[in-house]
Amino acid sequence: MKREQLRHGWLWTAIFSALSLLWIFPIVLVVINSFKNKIYISQSTFSLPNSTTFVGFQNYARGIRRTNLLASFGWTVVVTVGAVALILVCTSMCAWWIVRVRNLPSRIAYLLFLFSMIVPFQMVMFPLSKIADMLGLNTPWGLWILYLGFGCGMCVFMFTGVIKSLPMDIEEAAMIDGASVPRTFFTIVVPMMKPSLVSVAILETMWIWNDFLLPYLTLDMRRYKTASIAIQYLKGGYGAVDMGAMMGCLVLTIIPIVVFYLFCQKYIIAGVTAGAVKG
Amino acid sequence: MISMIGKSIRRWWAVFLLPTLVAFLIGFLIPFVMGIYLSFTRFTTVTDAHWVGLSNYSGLLADREFQHSLVFTVLFTIVTTLVVNVAGFFVAYMFTKAMKGANLFRAVFFMPNLIGGIILGYVWQLLLNGVFGHWGRSLTYSGTYGFWGLVILMCWQQIGYMMVIYIAGMQSLPDDVMEAASVDGASPRQILFRITIPLMMPSITVCTFLTVTNGFKLFDQNLALTNGAPSNTSEMLALNIYRTFYGRTGYEGVGQAKAVIFFLIVAVVALIQNKLTTSKEVAA
Repeated sequence: MKREQLRHGWLWTAIFSALSLLWIFPIVLVVINSFKNKIYISQSTFSLPNSTTFVGFQNYARGIRRTNLLASFGWTVVVTVGAVALILVCTSMCAWWIVRVRNLPSRIAYLLFLFSMIVPFQMVMFPLSKIADMLGLNTPWGLWILYLGFGCGMCVFMFTGVIKSLPMDIEEAAMIDGASVPRTFFTIVVPMMKPSLVSVAILETMWIWNDFLLPYLTLDMRRYKTASIAIQYLKGGYGAVDMGAMMGCLVLTIIPIVVFYLFCQKYIIAGVTAGAVKG
Repeated sequence: MISMIGKSIRRWWAVFLLPTLVAFLIGFLIPFVMGIYLSFTRFTTVTDAHWVGLSNYSGLLADREFQHSLVFTVLFTIVTTLVVNVAGFFVAYMFTKAMKGANLFRAVFFMPNLIGGIILGYVWQLLLNGVFGHWGRSLTYSGTYGFWGLVILMCWQQIGYMMVIYIAGMQSLPDDVMEAASVDGASPRQILFRITIPLMMPSITVCTFLTVTNGFKLFDQNLALTNGAPSNTSEMLALNIYRTFYGRTGYEGVGQAKAVIFFLIVAVVALIQNKLTTSKEVAA
């Protein structure tokens, strides 16, 4: 086949350029409105800020002050990094044990993990939040355990799929040479699992960073809030919302995600793809 | 059969298996079993539960708002599953041929998936209220407005995600089959419908599964965009369950019964859908 046949013309590039602009328009609109005085945001949403409506960074300052957004960012990072690290270590070890030890308990555990993947969070949320309170898991580090418990099904499932395809002779050789079981796992198995570890890390980070309901129901709200919770609090009940502060906070929460995306795009796309093939 | 290394690994269960298992018990299994039990009881704090049989469930037959949210969710799931998959497949199909700027477009389409549902909800609230404002209305004018607002939001968010999965699927299609077909004189249209789509069924299975379950479980976007307004007509199942639990006391048992029904629906739909599309899969 000639190469020209495999190429779209400029028309499609133009169409997709327009579509892409349309796609980022909602975000751009929020950025534009974040520089307007709050009383003009609802009235003239689509106009650019002018000399009467422009307020500089006031919305940002007020948003940070009212929601304590920087602290919320800190807690979101603590929750996400800790939970993802714990999930990666524990579920990869667990998956290896399940694959290599094929007895009844390992089969039952595997089936239970599989089963948990189709259960929606609402099914467990009320008992879970009460148990978390009773056990004192209403802290960011308590959330690590809850995320491990509720999220381990998919991770174990993905890791068992990968481990089944790894050759067992290498591990056998290592053990015959005198390596202990943990050493075999961490120096032989983990390096071979690396691509899947990255994929799972990406998928879990995307989930936990953005999760709202689990931390909202379990965290001690007087002391810890995640970024999503801080924004929801800004909205409050049915009263008037400070649209200016809201716009500032929205932009501030979106910026780190976009920066992260620019640097890790390759891994994110690979992670999503790997998750889809296995799941 | 248990291998030699299996035996030595088995003794390490307390290190390898136990941590995940304990967390799994706390974070899933015990709440799940408790949830089923509590759905047959009346309680406010889970320790004061007393058995009431099926009365929590029978009350649901008369619960208009629950039924409305169920219908709303089913319609929403059907519409978004269709639109997201057709559009995602189309965009992916366009990107299989070289196009100037395709990498940039792909990055832009995927971007919404990284942003949390609460934030997306408020972003779209601003945009849609700005649009409806031209006619002196808002997103909370009626449940229909909320429905289409949510549909637009979810399509905007998920098309990029499914596109990525479809692109990966298309890249792994065997070239020789396509070439053989075009040598035999098949039109691009015939190749698409007779070869590409049947070979893509595994990806289509995964993507429809994801869009169906995402549709049923949608909560954050619903909470942020409309919060059910006006008067709970734009409320989806997950939000209805949440409001039953936390909206007023004394209805926790009813909420838990709704959650059990919700779980059963999600499980059955997921299984049926998986069976249906898997049966259409073919090998090259």
